Amino acid sequence: MKKYLALFRIRFANALQYRTAALAGIATQFSWGLMEIFAFSAFYRANPDAFPMEFSQTVSYIWMQQAFLALFMMWFWENDIAAAITEGSIAYEMVRPIDLYSLWFCQSAANRLARAILRCAPVLIVALFVPEPFQMTLPPNARQLFLFLLSAVLSLGVVVSFSMLMYISLFYTLSPMGVRIIVAVLSDFLAGATIPLPFFPEPIRAVVELLPFASMQNMPLRIYSGNIAGVEVLRGIVLQVFWLVVLTLIGRIAMGSALKKVIVQGG
Amino acid sequence: MRLYFKFFDMHLKSQMQYKASFFLTTLGQFLVSSTTFLGINFMFSRFNIVEDFAYEQALLCFAVILMAFSIAEMLGRGFDLFPRMISNGEFDRALARPRNIIFQVLVAKMDFTRLGRLFQAILVFIYAIPNCGIIWTWDKITTLSLMIVCGSLVFFGLFLVYAAFSFFTIEGLEFMNIFTDGGKEFGRYPFSVYGKNILRFLTFVVPLALFQYYPLLYLLDREQSAFFMFIPLIGVLFLLPSYAFFRIGLRRYISTGS
Repeated sequence: MKKYLALFRIRFANALQYRTAALAGIATQFSWGLMEIFAFSAFYRANPDAFPMEFSQTVSYIWMQQAFLALFMMWFWENDIAAAITEGSIAYEMVRPIDLYSLWFCQSAANRLARAILRCAPVLIVALFVPEPFQMTLPPNARQLFLFLLSAVLSLGVVVSFSMLMYISLFYTLSPMGVRIIVAVLSDFLAGATIPLPFFPEPIRAVVELLPFASMQNMPLRIYSGNIAGVEVLRGIVLQVFWLVVLTLIGRIAMGSALKKVIVQGG
Repeated sequence: MRLYFKFFDMHLKSQMQYKASFFLTTLGQFLVSSTTFLGINFMFSRFNIVEDFAYEQALLCFAVILMAFSIAEMLGRGFDLFPRMISNGEFDRALARPRNIIFQVLVAKMDFTRLGRLFQAILVFIYAIPNCGIIWTWDKITTLSLMIVCGSLVFFGLFLVYAAFSFFTIEGLEFMNIFTDGGKEFGRYPFSVYGKNILRFLTFVVPLALFQYYPLLYLLDREQSAFFMFIPLIGVLFLLPSYAFFRIGLRRYISTGS
């Protein structure tokens, strides 16, 4: 366990280096969030009754989404891991006395977390102080906040274990760009990155809510905003655990069989 | 100009060498804009209307922005790589050659996978043009063409500004994304949706609304004056300050030496 924590710390420190880039990122995310909220508010004005969440919930959803972008977005990609596979430095990694799946899992999770932590605070602080209708609200009670944190951790797990499957697919095809874009785009859309899942038409939404993608950003963001409460939260968290276990198992099995066959070309 | 087409041909051929990869990336680009389209579709199936604009009318905006952006991006991809050109010294070599510098940046890279987005824009046009309730007389057709052409030029200017910034700093260029990618992303609805202040900003500072919102009013007969038809041309003036900014950057450029 100690070695994983150490790895986690190294990655974390590494990602904290790029501060100017982070500043620009924060400005971008803040403006982005504001524009999204303006668009939703235009729809709200058009017909408040058709709005599937409370407006304040949508606002919180978007602010939290922007603040924790790096945590949940599928298109965020570990070049190190991809390069290890396509360029062959995986040979070194395999010599190390450490389980490769866990190693990469930790790396990804740490990178995402470091980026998110570096970026979230300023966005959140500003979001808490913008004028009334666009202001981010806190969760209704401490219990909901705790459930949000729990769900966010699980969600990070689901995101990372799903992206592990993409990395593993690199063992079989060495041209990652196309597949990567396609998978990332679809999963982000189904996770509620473009519009929150409550805005999906009813029959589609019922199916989408069961997919592993709904266990990504959808769940923690809706718990935070108070859109899901009570028993539904528990059901959602159980579903998240289920997908986390399933995806990790598939990943480990696929990786095991890929590593047995891996041929590193010399040079 | 002949030389430009030669490069065009060259990039096209080299990208066609990896057909499967090219096809998948293009499909990916198509899907990216498809999810945006689905988002619009889902929102309008619930709300029907936003700020007096119906579904097909908003789609017209989406298609104009998408087409303008993908044309600009396909041909102006070189600007995207410009920061790297500077940091690895490639730019110094370009300076030594007896050709226009912007020309050289442009031909360094062209990305035809953006055809995926262009294709999406065309599909949306095919649906929206007959269904948006506009009677397509000659002046309307001219307006729409102006919107697309001038739109790509404005985006082109933004890419130029992006490249010019990298003369001053290599880091932190990400904030320009708000205007380029953000312009594409938020241009899916008429810009008036975002409120008066944003609209004013997008009129006078970064003139994205000049080829989207105002000429749209003319298309929908909400403004009769022919002035609105030619507003996109005013937007093209944005190229002047962008170019000037690039020149200023170029003048104070000191090589990184690597």
